[in-house]
Amino acid sequence: MNHSRSRRNPTREPDFPTAKPPSPGGSSGGGAGAAMRLIVPLQGVVQGRGGLILGSVIPGALYYFFQLYLKRCRSAKPNSNPPSPSSSSAQLADLSRSSSRSNLSSRGSVGPVRVSARANSIAKPNASPYYIGLERASEDPYDRFDNPDGIMQLGLSENRLSLDLIETWILENLERSMIGGADGNLNISGIATYQPLDGMMEMKIAVAGFMSQVMGTTVSFDPSRLVLTSGATPAIETLCFCLADQGNAFLVPTPYYPGFDRDMKWRTGVELIPVHCRSSDNFALSVTALDQAFNQARKRGQRVRGILISNPSNPIGNMLNKETLYSLLDFAREKNIHIISDEIFAGSTYGSEEFVSMAEILGSEDFDKDRVHIIYGLSKDLSLPGFRVGVIYSFNTSVLAAAKKLARFSSVSAPTQRILISMLSDTRFIQRYIETTRERIQKMYVAFAAGLKQLGIECTKSSAGLYCWADMSGLIRPYNEKGELELWDKLLKIGKINVTPGSACHCIEPGWFRCCFTMLAEEDIPVVIKRIQRVVELET
Amino acid sequence: MKMLSRKATFNSHGQDSEYFLGWEEYEKNAYHEVENPSGIIQMGLAENQLSFDLLESWLAQNPDAAGFKRDGESIFRELALFQDYHGLPAFKKALVEFMSEIRGNKVSFDQNKLVLTAGATSANETLMFCLANPGEAFLLPTPYYPGFDRDLKWRTGVEIVPIQCSSSNGFQITESALEEAYQQAQKRSLKVKGVLITNPSNPLGTTTSRDELNLLVNFITAKGIHLISDEIYSGTVFDSPGFVSIMEVLMDRNYMNTEVWKRVHIVYSLSKDLGLPGFRVGAIYSNDVAVVSAATKMSSFGLVSSQTQYLLSVMLSDKKFTKNYVSENQKRLKQRHQMLISGLQNAGIDCLKSNAGLFCWVDMRHLLSSNTFEAEMELWKKILYDVRLNISPGSSCHCTEPGWFRVCFANMSEDTLNLALQRIKAFVDSSTTTNNNQSRHQSNKNQRRKSFTKWVFRLSFRDREASER
Repeated sequence: MNHSRSRRNPTREPDFPTAKPPSPGGSSGGGAGAAMRLIVPLQGVVQGRGGLILGSVIPGALYYFFQLYLKRCRSAKPNSNPPSPSSSSAQLADLSRSSSRSNLSSRGSVGPVRVSARANSIAKPNASPYYIGLERASEDPYDRFDNPDGIMQLGLSENRLSLDLIETWILENLERSMIGGADGNLNISGIATYQPLDGMMEMKIAVAGFMSQVMGTTVSFDPSRLVLTSGATPAIETLCFCLADQGNAFLVPTPYYPGFDRDMKWRTGVELIPVHCRSSDNFALSVTALDQAFNQARKRGQRVRGILISNPSNPIGNMLNKETLYSLLDFAREKNIHIISDEIFAGSTYGSEEFVSMAEILGSEDFDKDRVHIIYGLSKDLSLPGFRVGVIYSFNTSVLAAAKKLARFSSVSAPTQRILISMLSDTRFIQRYIETTRERIQKMYVAFAAGLKQLGIECTKSSAGLYCWADMSGLIRPYNEKGELELWDKLLKIGKINVTPGSACHCIEPGWFRCCFTMLAEEDIPVVIKRIQRVVELET
Repeated sequence: MKMLSRKATFNSHGQDSEYFLGWEEYEKNAYHEVENPSGIIQMGLAENQLSFDLLESWLAQNPDAAGFKRDGESIFRELALFQDYHGLPAFKKALVEFMSEIRGNKVSFDQNKLVLTAGATSANETLMFCLANPGEAFLLPTPYYPGFDRDLKWRTGVEIVPIQCSSSNGFQITESALEEAYQQAQKRSLKVKGVLITNPSNPLGTTTSRDELNLLVNFITAKGIHLISDEIYSGTVFDSPGFVSIMEVLMDRNYMNTEVWKRVHIVYSLSKDLGLPGFRVGAIYSNDVAVVSAATKMSSFGLVSSQTQYLLSVMLSDKKFTKNYVSENQKRLKQRHQMLISGLQNAGIDCLKSNAGLFCWVDMRHLLSSNTFEAEMELWKKILYDVRLNISPGSSCHCTEPGWFRVCFANMSEDTLNLALQRIKAFVDSSTTTNNNQSRHQSNKNQRRKSFTKWVFRLSFRDREASER
């Protein structure tokens, strides 16, 4: 849905004496005049032989070369255009893992004051295949009836399987819930006026209850420890602002959600240090690897403030067990750092495993509570990304105090809070919704994974999330990132499906792809498989 | 440990200024007609509660808008999944047309240059991130909205340098004041990136004059810097002279397609004009493609709920409703404004002549024991604890002259406003009572000093708590 915009070419045309009139902010107009005054006297000198023509061509040429020389001196850095979204696969192969960094060339400025450095780097079109793929698929979206040749979107982890349940509830309960007073008369002051910018208390109570329900009621959440934000995106950024200064770092196990690179780094100046996990351990997190990364950072003089984990993991779809959570806590205690646990997919489980929240293992351990912070939101488990509801849950009262004040920059709309208070308080409905969603996700997962298996593509064993982590390493040639991106490109252009390549998630092993299946209907699965088959056959 | 970032621990959020402390006191002892008739009346909140009935009747007549329906068909699915940071096109279209209508259709806006944010608070911060690097500065005319110290500076690292305005000319911006501010910034080794004005002004309640706007255009052209015009009160202008938008001035001077055109940005919101602060709807408007592009992406950190966008797109597209609402709302504001200023006049208190906003800029200099900010604080505390009114002292707005206060009039019922005016009258009368009450005053003063000491102690304790961990 993001419009691709090819950038204006920043190189300037050489300024000929007959060039454009000076603009209010322009700086080069004066230069042309001065140069002319130097050159014209020369004209008389050459006028003897060749006349007017030589007399004007030579100074003109001299002037042209002079401008060219000036321009080369002026531009300190190379002017490289970032690849436009419709780049060929050859260009894609040049995408390095740190592609965002290679695009830090400054624009040629046309006026004396430009936008900030931050804005400059943010404004550039994003070169990651994660974003490119999302855009392409949204420009030509598949529809079983209206656009059967369109691109099928398997790169966006959105759950559309149970929206019908929510829609029905809303249409049946809306009037009562949104603005209706006890006497049936509309009373807008409850939603129109300023509300606490970190969320209404009733909303916090409702969300805390929902979090508990969705995580299996084995843990309860204290509403006073919640700060609500307009989505999980600002939740994670706000937490970064609270826990780290510019230049500090977080350890993040790979592969990880591509959005973290944007959400956590853009405006905070915080760094992410990848801690690589491998397929040999089923991409399990190893404390040894964390320790190594921490020590290396220290040697570099980089201060590590915490670990960011996503549990259930995005893009793998596995869950951390109690022992791992305990050892993470031990590690954090030993290094005196924080743990941010992004648990946004906690309710989207489909295996036999039970989800264990960080909050759960802290029940008895009071001492380390201050280090643990949880991110949550209603975009995945409740299928409502448009409503913008995110959560920071922390046991640390200082973090909460700071986050509460920062929430003013990303507060949740009051009418939306009203309607959700109503819905989330209908615990019977919520229970039914949670159970139905789980069943539907599982059905889709089983069908999808089986379909991939038939093509010889295995997925990591997973029990949660809206996607599977597929091993297509056998299909890529050469066995590296270039080969992976070529396959991604073929899947997009020939197979007409958008999946997320592992390199966009910083996976250390090439050939892995995240395939989201909850945006499809059951009938679409065979279509997807057939399309992948088409590409697979090309490769073998 | 459990160490927090510098930003989280330091007082850079300005939360401990009196402006916010008054609110805390109010929350502890809030006035209620029935339950707490001697409580503190909130006159420090610039909220418009005068026209809820108009909104309620519109909602009652248009159930589809809140019901996720378009032409009777449910569009719930579409809205539930809509999180495009380009915003709902129908809403942006309706919003730019509404903005145009408020400006008497003398200016038209392009919806593709509009970026939606969760409130003007988010819009202002985002613009700072886009236009300035940490350590650079923006010039702001004083007095200004206390929230700017937090919104513009906190996470962005940007500095504010005040443009000192004085009561001698009604706090208007002068060329010398602009130059002086610029020099000040240079002395502090701060690179000035632009000027930010609020038009109509908060806390003055006046529209910026055409002369001032032209002056500003000249200034930013000469210095090659940006101009942000925060126009969130543009629809609350209830008296002449009317509202003149910066865009109008630029167009009159034929500045379209110049460099300067691209350096002027507008911030808007529906919190004041439409009385819907709870909805969290703000916007940035800019003619600079790079700013729009960066701001659009940054808006990911503060998107407006799709449900809200849709509801408002229907409301604002109802041109009959918006026209009626804006004019009726302005009438009611004018009437309330009149009520406040005559009530204050009755107590011997004057206000700055104003024609907009939800508040008055009140002159209480004659009630100060001395022409100092300490005296202003003393007076403010008396008004808060004894008169039981929460108003905003000029010092929290960085006013250079002590004795001015911002008093809001649109966030309460008429009865409550009357009560507040009665209390003020009683207070002024008792303060000017003659010397035979002097001894009583003396003992009262001692009591007040004790509670003052207690208050300071509480304040410092709070401070310590915040920075300790």
